[in-house]
Amino acid sequence: MPVWQQLFDSLKTENFAIVAVAEESGGADAARPWIAQANPSYPCLIDVDHRVAALYGMVNVPQCVWIDEAGHIVRPPETAGSTDHFRRMDPVTRTLSAEDQAARAGARTAYLDAVRDWVRTGRHALDADYARRKLPRITPDMALADANFRLGIWLRRNGRPDEATVYLAEASRLHPESWNIWRQAADKNETGLAAGPAFWDRVQALGDRPYYPPPDLPGL
Amino acid sequence: MAVVLTDSSEFTIAATNGLCVSPVDAEAVTGWTLKPEGMCRDDLCVPLTGDARRDGNVDIAAFWRTLGHPVVSDRPGDVWVLGTAAESRATALSGLEAPDFTLPDLAGVPHTLSAFRGNKVFLTTWASW
Repeated sequence: MPVWQQLFDSLKTENFAIVAVAEESGGADAARPWIAQANPSYPCLIDVDHRVAALYGMVNVPQCVWIDEAGHIVRPPETAGSTDHFRRMDPVTRTLSAEDQAARAGARTAYLDAVRDWVRTGRHALDADYARRKLPRITPDMALADANFRLGIWLRRNGRPDEATVYLAEASRLHPESWNIWRQAADKNETGLAAGPAFWDRVQALGDRPYYPPPDLPGL
Repeated sequence: MAVVLTDSSEFTIAATNGLCVSPVDAEAVTGWTLKPEGMCRDDLCVPLTGDARRDGNVDIAAFWRTLGHPVVSDRPGDVWVLGTAAESRATALSGLEAPDFTLPDLAGVPHTLSAFRGNKVFLTTWASW
């Protein structure tokens, strides 16, 4: 989020808004420490039920959508500056090689530069046909997954965690590509991050497929 | 009583036999009105199957399935989710108009995406997990 604040500050004189949405079934309490630390001047919204992910077909965070002045999507959901370098992290020290660190930072800068370029010049906005082709395909299984997720999250928030597990697992089974669903369901480990051994197994199982698919933008 | 969860709301209403509810509650939850010809909204009426109408009440779970939307409930049948069909969502997206939503910030103040019209909007997601 400090990165989005820098982006926002650098575009203050433009007609530009950032709307940050926390996909956070733990609600405001879970999101508050991060928001307090970043102290953002743009709105940070709390999305307990992952409604935004469902509406836009998002499957991971951070994913962004670019919307023009008329309220039209000019870039459908795509990875917002994150990269897969973390998959090569040293498993013991949890560090990246200097080379990977530099590549990761470079990709983030390239993404933020592309956003600035779009805001100032309109470049990188996709034409309607191409944007439409790049929209995520919403399947009946995904819609059913979201309904199961909604029920699971409600049960978890209402003191019925054991029952919740059943519906959250079903949601993940129906929509296995959604890291949002899987990680939100798995977020109760010792660190509060859904990044335990099961997460790493799941990442490994991707094989050649990306965890953060790179957006089709210059330098990425 | 049953809890009914829709995409953006939560209702607690009287229900029998699954999700048979009064016409008033049915309209509040679904936005459709019970009429002799079926459930109606604007100029459109969807006929109800025989067992979806009982003693003046309407089974909104059965009706929702008739519309093609997903319905999920807990085992005891006291919490229900009336979801949105893939087709409806895909149709909404394919017009490229950014689907609108209203969500609270940390202080509980609601913000609506469409209120930012006139600006380029960078809609971004994140999470603590």
